[in-house]
Amino acid sequence: MPTLTVNGKEVTVEKGSTVIQAAEKLGFDIPRYCYHPGLSIAGNCRMCLVEIEKFPKLQIACHTQVQDGMVVKTESDVVKKTREHILEFLLVNHPLDCPVCDQAGECWLQNYYMKHGLYDSRLDEDKVKKSKAVSIGPTVMLDSERCILCSRCVRFTDEITKTSELGIFNRGDHSEIGIYPGRELNNKYSGNVVDICPVGALTDKDFRFKCRVWYLKASPSVCTGCSMGCNIEIHYQLERKHIAGGDRVMRFKPRENEEVNKWWICDEGRYGYPFIDKNRIHKPCRRVPDPVSKDGQKDMSPIPWDKALDMAAQKIKEIPKDAWAVLASPQMTNEELYLAKKVFGDTLGLAISLVSPNREGYSDDFLIKADKNPNTRGAFELGYNVLKTQLEEMVRKAEAGKIRGLYVFGQDLYEFLKPETAEKIFGPCELLIFQGTNWNPTAARASLVLPSAVFAEQDGTFTNFQRRVQRIFKALEPMGESKPGWEILAGLSERAGRKLSYKETHEIFDEIAAAVPVFQGLTYTKIGKKGAVLA
Amino acid sequence: MPPKTKVIKQRELNFLEKLYIPEVIRGVCITSGHFFKNLTLHSLHRIGLLRHIAAAVTIMYPEIKRRYPHRYRTRHRLTKRDDGTPRCVACMMCETVCPAKCIYIVAEENPDPNIEKQPKTFDIDLGKCIYCGFCVEACPEDAIRMDTQIMNIAGYTRESMYYTKDRLLNPEREGDIVKPSGSLR
Ligand code: SF4
Ligand code: SF4
Ligand code: SF4
Ligand code: FES
Repeated sequence: MPTLTVNGKEVTVEKGSTVIQAAEKLGFDIPRYCYHPGLSIAGNCRMCLVEIEKFPKLQIACHTQVQDGMVVKTESDVVKKTREHILEFLLVNHPLDCPVCDQAGECWLQNYYMKHGLYDSRLDEDKVKKSKAVSIGPTVMLDSERCILCSRCVRFTDEITKTSELGIFNRGDHSEIGIYPGRELNNKYSGNVVDICPVGALTDKDFRFKCRVWYLKASPSVCTGCSMGCNIEIHYQLERKHIAGGDRVMRFKPRENEEVNKWWICDEGRYGYPFIDKNRIHKPCRRVPDPVSKDGQKDMSPIPWDKALDMAAQKIKEIPKDAWAVLASPQMTNEELYLAKKVFGDTLGLAISLVSPNREGYSDDFLIKADKNPNTRGAFELGYNVLKTQLEEMVRKAEAGKIRGLYVFGQDLYEFLKPETAEKIFGPCELLIFQGTNWNPTAARASLVLPSAVFAEQDGTFTNFQRRVQRIFKALEPMGESKPGWEILAGLSERAGRKLSYKETHEIFDEIAAAVPVFQGLTYTKIGKKGAVLA
Repeated sequence: MPPKTKVIKQRELNFLEKLYIPEVIRGVCITSGHFFKNLTLHSLHRIGLLRHIAAAVTIMYPEIKRRYPHRYRTRHRLTKRDDGTPRCVACMMCETVCPAKCIYIVAEENPDPNIEKQPKTFDIDLGKCIYCGFCVEACPEDAIRMDTQIMNIAGYTRESMYYTKDRLLNPEREGDIVKPSGSLR
């Protein structure tokens, strides 16, 4: 393994590594545009030029392999001067329209200009005009004038999605990024080109003009769109209520995790955030005979939490145990699933089963998985039976009129049952309790609705299909009066005569780690932001 | 370096001042001095004499309004392009810099790709504004100015202090723009 010196510090790296990687290892951040660790090396932006002893000229750090005894200088005067000139060169035809550019605030032209540029422009000539604000697909807008032709986007579509919609057309200073004739940038991962574009040339239609990026706060989380559990960042803003009609979450961005999603996420997950703010259940509700329309729902009247929980506990006692069906969902966190089992199974003595709807969808060999639930594996590891037959069994039982009480966690049964079948279940049922986040036909049908917090509003863990336990973090306060699922379950348990003393979810997780062998030895600290694989 | 402190002693009143009456008389003299000086000067101005020496005047506000200094910060307005559309490109620099957080902008697409962005709504809550002028300073497009010379901003409700894009674009409609009155120097 070669040893080299960067800025006077020695480092030993793998054979075949590049100078940029070696410098990174020592904490020297060499500026770069075209280099991306997830893509092939193009070496065309020249921003990463460094001085290497015995080389007659500066070399690009992203494509120069280290050799034993190399002496690299990344901060010498000539390197600094060169960076300044390269930046001036890259900005020669740039329109400098930061005021209208969505990238402003997270733009690597702005960042590097402040860090390495700070020159006065010497350009007297007219800038080359190119096309602006062009829609190149359902999700992405292109502004060719802002592009610095780093070719990251082209390499992404060539190497990652292998769809090759993008190319560089024309020559010299008229070169521009474009779509091949008759095509559009329309693949399952198209949003990623926006993330990797270091400038404002590719921007997201969904985010376009919605919010300035410096208003955003970020919180790490995990996508709940499928069982892959891609690591994401939730970008939200709370201060400015006039933005996007008062919504809190503005966008999802991928978060790097070498073991799971690398640098990418799919479009379905990326644009799957609106349910966090839209159509939420704000207050516990009870069905009343008079059609009053409150909280946006007919026949539903808000009641205080205490009353709602009392009512639920009371009814659970009234209806015989074997006439109850409790349907947990693989959208719940490990903590919630564990607690649901503990409360309904152990304390109340009801049969709790997991209905994993037959909601299989598109899948590929990259990130998107057919199982559209984040925690099916977790439910399995916690001892739930994850079989489609569970649902069928429940339906049979219901059809025989043997189900009088139904407790549904979050899922819309109409989504995976035929309307007639759902009717057959709900019809004879005396009491349907729905604990969930958003209004859906099942919630609207319920006699008692308990609003729970969405994944972005609570702490917890999901187990992805690789058996990797990953943390979700509370980014936002639960909307309205909604509460995290585990708090609701603890409330029910208390009313059933067994007080649970959890104050935070890590206490539940520690209990899981002690009780379930595969979770043994895991703690929130150990899982960290990147997750940990089950034993 | 610790800041230097300069200690100033308050002057003691002398004997005459302590007697009170002489000071009152002195004050009446000063006031009457001004009164008679102005009376004389105004009378002489009438008959065309000593016009080069200014006499004090009372401005009959609000019938007469005086033009404020050029850089005085008065009510905001949004400037327009030649075709009457706002110059503002909804960059939200002003919204960001505003220390009172009283600017509320929602952006939308401008059909012209060379402008690209424009404000869908642009509201300023003047009930909160502290007239610092940072918004004017921050604007890269010279789209917001505080030069309407409108000072009498008052309302009976909080809502009436809420200025929308339309009101900000058309300050003249609210009729209070000061014309130089000519009667003054
Ligand atoms: S559009 Fe962005 S990612 Fe693509 S070449 Fe231009 S600057 Fe690079
Ligand atoms: S003058 Fe100051 S407080 Fe008033 S709107 Fe402008 S920036 Fe805000
Ligand atoms: S700073 Fe100027 S251009 Fe930007 S939003 Fe405010 S008024 Fe409009
Ligand atoms: S990052 Fe090395 S040439 Fe672009």
